[in-house]
Amino acid sequence: MFEWSPIILTFELALVTTLLLLLISIPLAYWLAYSDKKIKPVIETLVSMPLVLPPTVLGFYLLVVFSPNNGLGKLLLEAFGLRLIFSFEGLVLASIIYSLPFMVHPIQAGLSNLPASLTEAAYVLGKSKRTTLFKVLLPNIKPNLLTGIVLAFAHTIGEFGVVLMIGGNIPGKTKVASIAVYDEVEALNYDVANAYSLFLFAVTFFILLTVYLVNGGYLKRYWR
Amino acid sequence: MIVFSLNKILEAVGGDMELHISANIEKGKLVTLYGESGAGKTSILRMLAGLMAPENGFIKINNKIWFDHKKNIDLKPQLRKIGFVFQDYALFPNMTVRQNIEFALDKNQDHDIINELIETIELGDLQHRKPDTLSGGQQQRTALARALVRQPELLLLDEPLSALGHDMRAKLQDYILMVHRQYKLTTILVSHELGEVLKMSDYVLELVNGRVQREGAPAEIFTEGNNKKSALHLAGDIVKIEDGEMTVLIGNRLVGVPRKNGLRVGDRLVLGVGITGNDIRKIG
Repeated sequence: MFEWSPIILTFELALVTTLLLLLISIPLAYWLAYSDKKIKPVIETLVSMPLVLPPTVLGFYLLVVFSPNNGLGKLLLEAFGLRLIFSFEGLVLASIIYSLPFMVHPIQAGLSNLPASLTEAAYVLGKSKRTTLFKVLLPNIKPNLLTGIVLAFAHTIGEFGVVLMIGGNIPGKTKVASIAVYDEVEALNYDVANAYSLFLFAVTFFILLTVYLVNGGYLKRYWR
Repeated sequence: MIVFSLNKILEAVGGDMELHISANIEKGKLVTLYGESGAGKTSILRMLAGLMAPENGFIKINNKIWFDHKKNIDLKPQLRKIGFVFQDYALFPNMTVRQNIEFALDKNQDHDIINELIETIELGDLQHRKPDTLSGGQQQRTALARALVRQPELLLLDEPLSALGHDMRAKLQDYILMVHRQYKLTTILVSHELGEVLKMSDYVLELVNGRVQREGAPAEIFTEGNNKKSALHLAGDIVKIEDGEMTVLIGNRLVGVPRKNGLRVGDRLVLGVGITGNDIRKIG
């Protein structure tokens, strides 16, 4: 039977993940774009790992690390009452890690491509690093920010393996739309699977289309 | 008084080069760093601004120490009172001309300076435009106005005119001279244009491979040697060499002059023009 709850849950997850990712990715991308520390290649690699790693591997390790039977999972549960497996919070954490490169890479590329003289000009005008970042650098990489936000959002909607591993399939709690599709196919309810699938297809299509239209300048003539 | 001594190994195309320069610059003067590209001119400006760290030496501006290797003092660029006009102008693309200039204001600084600069540098009609809609000369004027907002103790100009056409360049030289005098600035200009150096500067440091080769008033150092008797000195580039004659581009005119051995097309010359009594005629 078609239900709205997996769809709503999917968008809740994508929204929360994207917002938190943006907060994390701006400082991380800034550091990656400008640092010359020796550890940088290692951090860059770690950020990019979700691009190549099977989602099940990531999900498996998260499951092991955050299991209440093990050290960290136990500590989190006892100290903060936070249970990260088979819970929405766990899904958010897994999604943040899984979509990290989709947010970090566009922002990092945008910052690296800005001429160094913009930063230097702000510094010699007496502006701090923070003022320079928020008043000069970020406003000049808006297309990259939009790309990062939308890719992270759309990619979170498209998650399956990681979610299944760490979240399981609990209706209303961790059963997102992509898992609902799998579930319905297993139960041979092809109509319902099709309804979920079509919905996901249409939504992600229009999200991506919007990015390409905006960043390609096709909508500009309607704004001015 | 601006006193500095700077030392640094720079990576250059033809291997490492040691930059080693010291200078005493009187307050209120316009000093040019003159030399071929790669001689270390821009690096000196960047070290004065705090954008590049010297390996050794010191920078003392009006009795304040900005940098001293021995005492481990290195003021951040934010704390040095400098105006810097970059070669690419470095205007912020997201801001209008006016916003670019306003961005330079310090906290609690009086806003009056903004209107004053916009008026002085004649940016009134352009103030609400974004930098990408401006010509090179207009961008350069905006960058100049922005650099003056904080009333710098030292104005640094990194080949600000190199991307401009001949006429525009002459006009902007006048703007720079005007603000230099009006705001009683101490200015260091980087240039490899002899004409510009002669027109603008009180004092020249000629750099070759990171060291000062000659220094002095421009009219003196460029007229040393054989051509002391010449009354007029022109800067030009050789565009063509034939049997007995070379064609030299002076300003935007082509002039034929006698050939001299050892010169090649593209070389830059100072031409001393001798004027005899027969050349002088009263016309009014």
